[in-house]
Amino acid sequence: MKRTVVAVALMSIGLSAAQAQEVVVKLGGAAPLTGNQSHLGKDLENGTRLAIEEANAKGVTIGGKKVKFELVGEDDQADPRTGTTVAQRLVDAGVKGVIGHLNSGTSIPASRIYDQAGIPQVSPASTNPKLTLQNFSGVFRTIANDVQQGTGLGKYATGALGAKRVAIIDDRTAYGQGLADETAKAVKESGGEVVAREFTTDKATDFNAILTKIRATNPEVVFYGGMDAQAGPMVRQMKQLGITAKFLTGDGGCSPEMIKLAGDGMSSSAYCSMPGLPLEKMPGGADFRERYKKRFNADVQVYAPYAYDAAMAIITAMQKADSVEPSKYLPELKKSNFPGVIGNVSFDANGDIKEGAVTIYNFKDGAWVPL
Amino acid sequence: METLIQQFINGLVIGSVYALIALGYTMVYGILGLINFAHGDVLMVGALVALQTMLFLMGMAPGMSPLVMLAIALAVAMVICMLLGFTMERLAYRRLRNAPRLAPLITAIGVSFLLQTLAMIIWGRNYHTFPQLLSTTPLQPIPGVFVTPVQIAIVVVSALLMVGLLLLVNRTRIGRAMRATAENHRVASLMGVDTNAVIALTFVIGAALAAVAGVMFASNYGIAHYGMGFMPGLKAFTAAVLGGIGNLGGAMLGGVVLGLVESFGAGYIEHLTFGFLNSSYQDIFAFIILGLVLIFRPTGLLGERVSDRA
Amino acid sequence: MNELVAAVPWLGKRNPTAARWLIILVAIAAPFIAWQFGRSWVRILDFALLYMMLALGLNLVVGFAGLLDLGYIAFYAVGAYTFAFLASPHFDVHLPFWVILPLGAAFAALAGVMLGFPVLRLRGDYLAIVTLGFGEIVRIFMLNLNYPVNITNGPQGINMIDPINLFGWDLSRNIRIGEDFTIHSLFLYYYFFLAAVVASIIFIQRLQISRIGRAWAAMRDDELAAKAIGINTRDMKLLAFALGATFGGVAGALFGAFQGFVSPESFSLMESIAVLTMVVFGGMGNLAGAVVGAFVLALLPELLRDVAVPLQQTLFGHVLLDPEVLRMLLLSLAMILMMLLRPAGMIPARARYCHDHHLSHHLNNTPKREAAK
Repeated sequence: MKRTVVAVALMSIGLSAAQAQEVVVKLGGAAPLTGNQSHLGKDLENGTRLAIEEANAKGVTIGGKKVKFELVGEDDQADPRTGTTVAQRLVDAGVKGVIGHLNSGTSIPASRIYDQAGIPQVSPASTNPKLTLQNFSGVFRTIANDVQQGTGLGKYATGALGAKRVAIIDDRTAYGQGLADETAKAVKESGGEVVAREFTTDKATDFNAILTKIRATNPEVVFYGGMDAQAGPMVRQMKQLGITAKFLTGDGGCSPEMIKLAGDGMSSSAYCSMPGLPLEKMPGGADFRERYKKRFNADVQVYAPYAYDAAMAIITAMQKADSVEPSKYLPELKKSNFPGVIGNVSFDANGDIKEGAVTIYNFKDGAWVPL
Repeated sequence: METLIQQFINGLVIGSVYALIALGYTMVYGILGLINFAHGDVLMVGALVALQTMLFLMGMAPGMSPLVMLAIALAVAMVICMLLGFTMERLAYRRLRNAPRLAPLITAIGVSFLLQTLAMIIWGRNYHTFPQLLSTTPLQPIPGVFVTPVQIAIVVVSALLMVGLLLLVNRTRIGRAMRATAENHRVASLMGVDTNAVIALTFVIGAALAAVAGVMFASNYGIAHYGMGFMPGLKAFTAAVLGGIGNLGGAMLGGVVLGLVESFGAGYIEHLTFGFLNSSYQDIFAFIILGLVLIFRPTGLLGERVSDRA
Repeated sequence: MNELVAAVPWLGKRNPTAARWLIILVAIAAPFIAWQFGRSWVRILDFALLYMMLALGLNLVVGFAGLLDLGYIAFYAVGAYTFAFLASPHFDVHLPFWVILPLGAAFAALAGVMLGFPVLRLRGDYLAIVTLGFGEIVRIFMLNLNYPVNITNGPQGINMIDPINLFGWDLSRNIRIGEDFTIHSLFLYYYFFLAAVVASIIFIQRLQISRIGRAWAAMRDDELAAKAIGINTRDMKLLAFALGATFGGVAGALFGAFQGFVSPESFSLMESIAVLTMVVFGGMGNLAGAVVGAFVLALLPELLRDVAVPLQQTLFGHVLLDPEVLRMLLLSLAMILMMLLRPAGMIPARARYCHDHHLSHHLNNTPKREAAK
């Protein structure tokens, strides 16, 4: 018994001797890892993990010392209050930078805690414009925001779809309303008319009343800002009410789930949008897909490449500043400019990614196909 | 004009579902004076059990005719829900029959959330696609007005079940026992009515109706998930109060009226309030009606005065 | 306080003075203990104190006056939004904390009276469902009043709310003493919230043994009899709603300032139910019950999250029940089992208006006499 204690003690001394040459730098990852968005949260965390492991394998030296990055993953349950608790935990753990959160609703309250602690946050998935408009110097994102997406959607409706009359519905969530408002603005600016502005909730199943009202205004395109669980039944009810207008929705409805729930309501007149390029069109996409598959034995969902580039942006900035201290590397993070998986990574004055792309998808042969 | 008729149809369909759920509330309330909060969640269990049965049948006997499959699924859902109703009454409510008045109500809220949580554990949080066994291709009885066969079935089935229930309560021995128990438990039991059995039966019938409502609701919208019963449940309760709680005819009337108010409300509120309010307020109509009825006409449209009963 | 003291297991009955000091010591030391497990636990304690205030306020309405309110979170929302309107860049108004707090309380009280008036005649379950509707109506208005005039900023919520500032002392800043000793802002909030909870407890305790408290108890136990002995039940009900709402409003204002961000999704029906469960779990009509119920049910889900998720991972290799499901399961089972097995709650309320020694004397004697008959 005593001998084992001695052995353990010796081993721990040996370990600490090895660690002395290597500085461990913790990076935080926050996303919903449980609940109904856990697949997206895991995707985000895996993207971050891949970046960290590759950087470690390559070997990074900062300030003359070899650096080993370590991921501290936390589950924010997509809930604002849990988000702030989790943010506090990451700060406690002494992370030097955070990659997360997934939902705008959690990112925004959490960003205040990171800001107070002086820790930079790069979100690979929160698209609400307000996130980067809070005058926090350390908040960035690698994904196009809802202004960029809404503008793209509005212009697509009036341009490629040639609609003059557009009806707009939102689900009264921060995400749905934000996207719908930006789309409405873009429709008006590009010469279209918003003939109806209707509302539902993110728990509703019956849209007959508002769709009937919309039908009376004769729109050519119906836009819905919300999630797939409502978009699916909505498309079905449009068909049942004999509405022939084209259906357009944002990234919330751009999922296989939406196709399943819409059932026979789906047709080639359904469109949706996603921020960013489709994986196969990203400069580093094909290669990334293989590396990801090899490491996690799973397919990329959506956010992994953005999380990968977010982590890379922080690591690259640390290398350039030759310091892992947030106050030192933050100026370099602002000046980021490197070719990432998703394209060139550089931020504007607010911290939004420059030239954030938006891709429109069309329903074809049972799946969403990028146009 | 087409829009007006269409909104009427929308309201009638959703109102029929509310009416069917409201019957369960009103029966239990009439007999026990208890708002069975969990009643809406029985609807959810019915829909999800039917879904599970259909998926099973599709795997086992792919060639089965859709109508037969629907009938089997409905039967299974009804049986499971009846068992559930019986269990709820036996385990939770019966022991609290003489407890202070807040106790059964708080328990009922607890049961409602427990059912939702259990459903979340069993079926997950995602929305499920409910198989379309009846055609949902719209017909056009009047040009510009669309109705699907499922919607017609909902209205017809609801009406038939209500008539059936009225006959049961007013024309049979069991019905007489139910009415007697509602009037006065103790006297009824002195007259030889097994009140415990009658109360259990009331829960079982209510649960069966909720199961039917659940299957109709899910077939109409093509989806089912763990939280689908809560809101319709609350609204159906409103419908029961609106019609006069404890009164079966009132529950039906209340359901249909509420459906119509919601449908026309969402459709026309913007014009009526000069753009100040809009369809985002659709969900508060039920609560406002509830408040107004209880304050100004506590007897409901057809019922007796009950707001003091608790 | 006496109820809390009596609730301390073992020590409470034997040595009340020691128990009292133990409670005070624990309340003061709690954040230091939590700190050992990480700052996030201090934050969780801060939230637990807010829930305590909510539970105390709801207990006033449900436990003391016997009015089941399922829309209590609406008052919390009113308080939080009042603070957000008057101390954020949203309207570009930044009033001092001491001005907003009474305003928040007053608006919440007003909302309480507004709810109280129409429902005066309703009792029991009808009251419950109308108040539930009221809670939803308030939430839906907060969600939608960004059009045609932007008042609440709709679903986006209001961000960048000013922190609590006591006469120029900003609670969100750490205090630095010397070179390497700092008092973290979470501690400042903790003690400030603690002071608020203690003040509430003292106030409610005085209230309980006052004429008003006794009138409520009479009304709760038998409204008709209460009326017959000359209690103005209308005024008493309105007062219960208004006072209960005031506590909700104050807690809401503190919440808004502490979190710095309010949005309608924080004020869902589920939150009302959660606060109700805390009251029921602890014991209706009992101060100690509300405090203990809030404390246990605010901390337990967080503990579960720390314990249950890793445990499941090692046992089954993946997470079967996620923390949110566990929380729901816990709350619903707490409600059902408490009502069935221990309807008076963890800490049953004793008679509310007489001193302990009278009470115990009374309790010890009556059953015997009855049995003798």
